[in-house]
Amino acid sequence: MSTFPRGATAIVGAAVTGIDSKPGFSAMELLARAALLALADAGLTPADVDGVFSTLPEDPFSAMSVPEYLGIRPRVVDSTRTGGSGFQVQAQWAALALDAGLCDVALICYGSNQRSGAGGLVRSGGTPFPYEANFKPRNPTTSYALATQRHMHQYGTTREHLAEVAVAARKWAQLNPDAFSRDDLTIADVLGARMVSDPLTVRDCCLVTDGAAAVVMTRADRARDLPNKPVYLLGAADATWHRNISALDDLTVTAASEAAPRAFAQAGVSPSDIDVVELYDAFTINTILFLEDMGFCPKGEGGRFVADGAIAPGGRLAVNTNGGGLSCAHPGMYGLFTMVEAATQLRGQAGDRQVAGARLALSHGNGGVLSSQAVTIWGTEDCL
Amino acid sequence: MSAVIHPEAEYAAFVAQGRLMLQQVRGTGEHIFYPRVAQPGTGRADLEWVEASGDGVLYSYTVTRNRPPAEDYVIALVDLAEGVRMMSRVVDCDLADLRIGMALRARPGEVDGVPAILFAPAEGPTA
Repeated sequence: MSTFPRGATAIVGAAVTGIDSKPGFSAMELLARAALLALADAGLTPADVDGVFSTLPEDPFSAMSVPEYLGIRPRVVDSTRTGGSGFQVQAQWAALALDAGLCDVALICYGSNQRSGAGGLVRSGGTPFPYEANFKPRNPTTSYALATQRHMHQYGTTREHLAEVAVAARKWAQLNPDAFSRDDLTIADVLGARMVSDPLTVRDCCLVTDGAAAVVMTRADRARDLPNKPVYLLGAADATWHRNISALDDLTVTAASEAAPRAFAQAGVSPSDIDVVELYDAFTINTILFLEDMGFCPKGEGGRFVADGAIAPGGRLAVNTNGGGLSCAHPGMYGLFTMVEAATQLRGQAGDRQVAGARLALSHGNGGVLSSQAVTIWGTEDCL
Repeated sequence: MSAVIHPEAEYAAFVAQGRLMLQQVRGTGEHIFYPRVAQPGTGRADLEWVEASGDGVLYSYTVTRNRPPAEDYVIALVDLAEGVRMMSRVVDCDLADLRIGMALRARPGEVDGVPAILFAPAEGPTA
């Protein structure tokens, strides 16, 4: 029986920065800028932090280098590497560590300069898989394309459905001044874009941007003494089924179908209660798969669910209100950005893209190639 | 064959000989791919190499697009008759003829000069 400390911890500070890819910052510098912004947002300084949950794409030892850089001597450190879901996993462990009194202020932070840096795409993929590398899959894209093709085959999902996801993300991005891509985008634009890996065009794939994000978490009692409206963690769960796409039994069902029910049970809410869904859209198929797997529509119905602007501004469900990985930012690992956006919405500070009266938000992370799935559910004070 | 102690190296040696070999659990007859030191889940280590039938079915595929002069190629997931799935490439098949569920047959080949087990339509390319 799960005894997750529902509502016992909260985000009290959050920030994103550096999406605009101005050259000249290292990944560490971007991370530190986001961390300091989030701490200032919380009315805190590095000296207040005693739990550091850090990720840098190319630094396996960020659990030591990040505290050193910020001048923190943490009692709790973690640098979980499950790809883009690592931040939701960290929020789960941060909540448990805070609730147990192992630390009092937890900082979750990430930074990448993959666009402006010299090296192009960040090589955070780990060691090549010896049984597949020889075939030259172009991962992660190849794996997501394989899942997409299979979903289309099994459920009649169409390229137009995929394009709806990209267009909805762009329409949200057009309401977010921090989003990287804000030009108009139509269904026809997506369908006519350069094919990368059938059936995915370049517009079905996430951006490659710089960016850094950070959140600060404390226990609920301390959160109420800080300047911001606390954003309470009500449930958090993750599930890992594979590393390589060839090891996923059914390419249309991910481990989010296991993680989400656990997170919802902890939170004591159901998908229909959620006001804002921030999920990890590295590719257009992700949004369709995860809406199904997390229970927002039946399996196989994701394509039809997103049709006709249903997840765009003014649609039936607010999904990826910052513009997502497709149009806001995707600096190698995107998961922490969904958490910051969830907090921003629940604080009522999302400006033109604010979902009126948002009380419950889901922040999801996806790591590897649909491999690690992590779901966090956040609520305002009246959800406790 | 004696007890498997170097799955990765031995598999690579088989591929270099043009052979698709799978591991089989002696006690149950189940097949394993990719090769490991023990069966996933059970930890059973009573494994032996067996020759695969070479028969498979296309589970999913994607055409990896390249800017010329580099050629496009098909990455596939193939469900083998033995009940395991592997990644490979489909060759000797018009892109328009690719169908999930089509019967495939393994054959030795190479990718950029490196030996590999590839797959082609079971009936051969259409005339």
